[in-house]
Parts: sequence; C-alpha cells; structure tokens
Amino acid sequence: MKALMVLFRRELALAWSGGGGPLLACGFFLCLTVLIPLAAGGDPAGLRPIAGGIAWLALALSSILSLERLFERDLEDGALDLIALGPVPLELVVLTKAKAQWLAVGVPLALTAPVAAITLGLPTSLAGLVALSALIGSLGFAFTGALGAALALGSKRGGLLIAVVVLPLFIPPVVFGAGALERAVNGLDPAPALAFLGAYVLFAAVVTPFAGAAAVRNAQG
Amino acid sequence: MISVTSLTVSRGERVLFRDLSFQIASGEAVALTGANGAGKTTLLRTLAGFIRPDAGTVAFADIEPAQARASHIHWLGHLDGLKTGRRAREELDFHARWAGAEADGIAAAIDVLALEPLLDLEVRKLSAGQRRRLAFARLVAAPRPLWLLDEPFAPLDARWRAALGLLMQTHLDKGGAILAAVHDPLPVAARELDIGAGR
Repeated sequence: MKALMVLFRRELALAWSGGGGPLLACGFFLCLTVLIPLAAGGDPAGLRPIAGGIAWLALALSSILSLERLFERDLEDGALDLIALGPVPLELVVLTKAKAQWLAVGVPLALTAPVAAITLGLPTSLAGLVALSALIGSLGFAFTGALGAALALGSKRGGLLIAVVVLPLFIPPVVFGAGALERAVNGLDPAPALAFLGAYVLFAAVVTPFAGAAAVRNAQG
Repeated sequence: MISVTSLTVSRGERVLFRDLSFQIASGEAVALTGANGAGKTTLLRTLAGFIRPDAGTVAFADIEPAQARASHIHWLGHLDGLKTGRRAREELDFHARWAGAEADGIAAAIDVLALEPLLDLEVRKLSAGQRRRLAFARLVAAPRPLWLLDEPFAPLDARWRAALGLLMQTHLDKGGAILAAVHDPLPVAARELDIGAGR
C-alpha cells in the first residue's frame, strides 16, 4: 500500500508538472462549449434540448487530451522498466495510474462541466446533477482512457491512435450521462441512467487493469 | 543467485542466442561482452522478465521469478528513467522508495554519490554523467541482491568510474551479484561471458 501511495503521488505531481495540464484540459472544454453554439447559429433556444449532450461530448473529448502522458513518456524515458520491477504487480500500477489520472484531470473537468452545461442553456437547478454524473463518467473515461493509452504504447503518432481507440469506448458513458440529464430536463428520475453509468465504470475498472497490464508488457518485450 | 538454462531468444526472424546456459553466484560479478547487436541488452531484458524467451528457463535461488522481479533485481539500462521536468530530489525519492528504500538509505546514497548539490536542480539541467549518478543512487539506497546493468559507465568520467567500482565491490562483498553489459573491463574482478559476434 505504501508503494502504491508513492506511485499515486508521483502520478499526481507529473499530471500537474510542466504547465498545469489539467487547467489546459478545462480550458479546452470551455472553448469547445463556446464554439459549438457559435457554429450552430445564433438561436440559443434551439440548442437547449441538446445542451446536456453537447456538454458530455465536450467532456469526453477533453478527457482524451492528456492520456498520451500516462504511459508513453514512461516508456520513452525508461521509467516504465523500473516501475515494472517494483513491489506491485503491473495490474495495480495501471489501476493506480488511472485513478491518479481521474483525480488530477477528471475531477477538475467534472467541476467545469456544470459551467459548460449552463452556458449551453441547461437549467441552473441541474448543476449538481451535471457535476455528479460528470464525476462518475470521468472515472469511466480515466479507466478506458488508460486502457487506450496502454494499447497505443510504442506506436508513432500515439496520441491520434489513442483518440481512435478510445472514442468508441466512450460511447456508453456519453449516452448514459447525456441520458441522465435529458431525463432530468423532462422531469423524469435520472437514477436509472446514472446506474448504467456506474455499471460502465465498474466494468471498465475490472477490464482496464488486466488488459492494460498485458498491453504494457507487450510494449516492453 | 540466478541460473539460466538452455535459453533461446529471438527477435523477429533472427535468433540472437541458442541454448545459452550460465549461472551467477552470490558475490560474483560477470562482464557480459559481445559485439554491437549481439544481444547483450536483449539478454539482460530477458533476465529482468521484459522479454519472454522462446525456450529455456531463468531461475532464481529460493524464490519465484515474479517475486525476484518485484524485490530482488535492480535494473540500470541505457535510459535513466528520469523525468527531465522534475527535480533530482523528487526523482531519486520516487525511484528509490519504489525499489524499497527507506529515508536513511536514500540519505546514505546521496552522501556516497555526492548528489547534495544537484538535488534541487531540474533533471534537464544535469549532464549525462550526473544523471547516471542520480540513477545509480537508487541501487545504493535500496538493497537488492542482483544488479543488471547495461553499459553503466558510458557517460561517466574516470573519477566516478572508480567510485562506482568501489560501490560495486561493496555490493559484491555483501553477497550481491552483478551482470553488466560492457565494452571496457569492469572496475571489479569479473568473470567474462561472451555472447559472440553481432551481425
């Protein structure tokens, strides 16, 4: 456990080192939500029904930005070899890296989400629900994102490859997350959609460590 | 310490070595030699568990290979594994603790490798030789019996080659073992293991 904390703290420090990556992701998120209404034309009322959906799409895209940092840098500079010879199995290393990614990048993005959604015309009363669903969803994004980052290891143009691998895996949380907001807007109980979102996160939390560790081992061989 | 039996490893179509067997005893240093491309790095990576051999076994005295990799092997490759944007102190602290070091071990390593003046600098500001010393510090800070070293002295000047030689001798005297891929002779008494010509 002590070793995992050492790794977790290092991952948090790395996420924030070199110019505050998480803040950049939040800035990207807000830029997207400003750009979409401008591209869609001048009628804000027309956007209101899909405000939740757009916010979730922007959240998913912003979550991809810093994934390349997760494993690729450690492979390039040799740190991944040293981490593999540590006291903890690679599966737990992958899980720890994904959790640190969520805390460093996912949580700030989730806290930006209400601002984005309300800017797009979602009722202010739903801010809490937006933040809650985004917190759960961004945990799922961090898990599947870590898997994508591990699978793309060692390839040139890894960043693009991660996006192509990961975006299809992001479809379920975007559907469930936006679904929860849509139900709430229409006066329905958002709990079923949130439950599906939670189920996705649990599934990703189980699959990512094993598949991710296998991908890392393959890249090291 | 480690015993290798009829190891065969190939990369792609090419077989690098076939039926290679050797043992390294506790307290023994082995200089791994061979031409460029002969497979020195590949052999070291195979022993460290990064590469799966086509045939043969790598066995460690008394413990399972997975356990050995988790707590018995120090790896020092071409790459130092240091993040250029972080301070030397943070990087040493992480790698040493990850390898199992405690605070007093880290302090001793800083002392013996004269790292104190470098610790507050970013790694990017260190020279290649200074980085190698910083990377070497975790081997001193965290006691692990088997050192796998790949060209450990390449960036170092004569003074630090000699100093690291002394540290290696101390490690051997305590019952450790060293397998080092080198082109120049090791600064400690070592048996030579030649894996032959490259291509």
